[in-house]
Amino acid sequence: MYEWDFSSVWEYRDLLLNGLGLTVMLAVAVVIAGMILGTINAIGSLSRHFAFRAISISMIELFRCTPLLVALIWFYYALPILIGVEISAMMAAFLSISLYGASFYSEIIRAGIQGIDPGQREAGEAIGLMPGQILHRVILPQALRKMIPPLMNQSIINLKNTSLVSVLAIPDLLYQGKLIAHENFRPLEVYTTVALLYFAILFPLTMLVRHLESKHGVKH
Amino acid sequence: MIRIDAIEKRFDDLVVLRNITLRIEKGEVVALIGPSGSGKSTLLRCLNLLVPPDNGRLEIGKNRMVFGESSAKLKPKDLAVFRQKTGMVFQHFNLFPHMTVLDNVMEGPKTALKMDKIKARELAIAQLEKVGLSDKADMYPSSLSGGQKQRVAIARAIAMEPDVMLFDEATSALDPELVGEVLSVMKELANEGMTMIVVTHEMAFAREVANRVVFMRDGVVVEDGPAKQVIDNPQDDRTKAFLSHFHAES
Ligand SMILES: Nc1ncnc2c1ncn2[C@@H]1O[C@H](COP(=O)(O)OP(=O)(O)O)[C@@H](O)[C@H]1O
Ligand SMILES: [Mg+2]
Repeated sequence: MYEWDFSSVWEYRDLLLNGLGLTVMLAVAVVIAGMILGTINAIGSLSRHFAFRAISISMIELFRCTPLLVALIWFYYALPILIGVEISAMMAAFLSISLYGASFYSEIIRAGIQGIDPGQREAGEAIGLMPGQILHRVILPQALRKMIPPLMNQSIINLKNTSLVSVLAIPDLLYQGKLIAHENFRPLEVYTTVALLYFAILFPLTMLVRHLESKHGVKH
Repeated sequence: MIRIDAIEKRFDDLVVLRNITLRIEKGEVVALIGPSGSGKSTLLRCLNLLVPPDNGRLEIGKNRMVFGESSAKLKPKDLAVFRQKTGMVFQHFNLFPHMTVLDNVMEGPKTALKMDKIKARELAIAQLEKVGLSDKADMYPSSLSGGQKQRVAIARAIAMEPDVMLFDEATSALDPELVGEVLSVMKELANEGMTMIVVTHEMAFAREVANRVVFMRDGVVVEDGPAKQVIDNPQDDRTKAFLSHFHAES
């Protein structure tokens, strides 16, 4: 039987906490940037103007159809050659995960907007609201309620995706784990701890999503 | 006064409205009848530009619009201003489910007309009293019966103080026992002098409340005359054929 010994992991708790902090911060940043960009792309993909639709849909599909790891590496190693400017690993990670997340967010947002009964828009038009007012007062408030659970799901995936940045030697939770395991020769304990830390953050979030889904599921 | 002049509408190859011309006086109540697919809904939707006509002219109160290739592209602002003066009541109510009854009725005055909130509120409460639902002001639409929902939808439309009210089968989605309360609100509106165009299959209502009946088929106006005359004594064979279904039923 293997003898578990977590005491050697405890010694490195500061490193792990640093890694965890970076993981959470990066996740928050890519969620916020991804949602903003995703909203813009969703509105663009629903635009009446062909040019807006073309740009938005190209961006969405470009990142939906490339593995995130490939995008990450491309942004770090290839993009600098193209634009002639060095990009830090952190910047490459932020850009690629944000854009990757944005394409999934925008599909959720687009579907949410399109899922609203067309009669709602017509009722808004019939009382003389402008298109922007209809979006803001009628469509979005209803669509948002339906979109929140899938948006949260995508954010959970986003947080998990940040673990890929360790390939660019960004000191996130997983990368710190690797360093510690190299030093204390206790990979089983170290990686178990790393996994449990991810779980501890995400489990409450998935429970919240479940709760929200059941609450809205009953209503309509 | 409403002038509908040579209005035409097609969806791709399907011609839905052919050269529709009607004059409707202020305070007149017109029942628009005809078989399903004859273009009644499309005509109403053209009148408040939910579906802009391809050709023709419209004049409702002070607003006028010309359609056709020569006319400039319709601007959202002009469409909105035109629609503010044409109230529409839909078959399926289309209330805003995320707003209370009061907010539904206030939304037009507050957001479209930029009316002061307190004034909009007073106006909305007055409209709710008119349809007998001021006690439901703080409820959400999901807790109302179909008849109550439709009365709220009527209050929401009249809160804009429109020049004309358009009703598209306002009672067709209701359980039979709830039809009466909606029709009586409509009748009251008519008595107050509201100009109304009512698409309906309620022939008794059309006969009693409308001044005039317009019978449409295949996108053209076939017969147009005083309500009782058209319903009791139709002239055109197509009108006779259509009305015979109703006489057989009742
Ligand atoms: N948005 C649309 N696109 C294509 N065809 C339509 C559309 N709206 C209505 N039509 C067609 O126009 C015809 C008239 O429809 P409608 O005005 O709804 O008739 P009614 O209200 O008298 O039943 C029908 O053949 C219908 O299929
Ligand atoms: Mg119809």
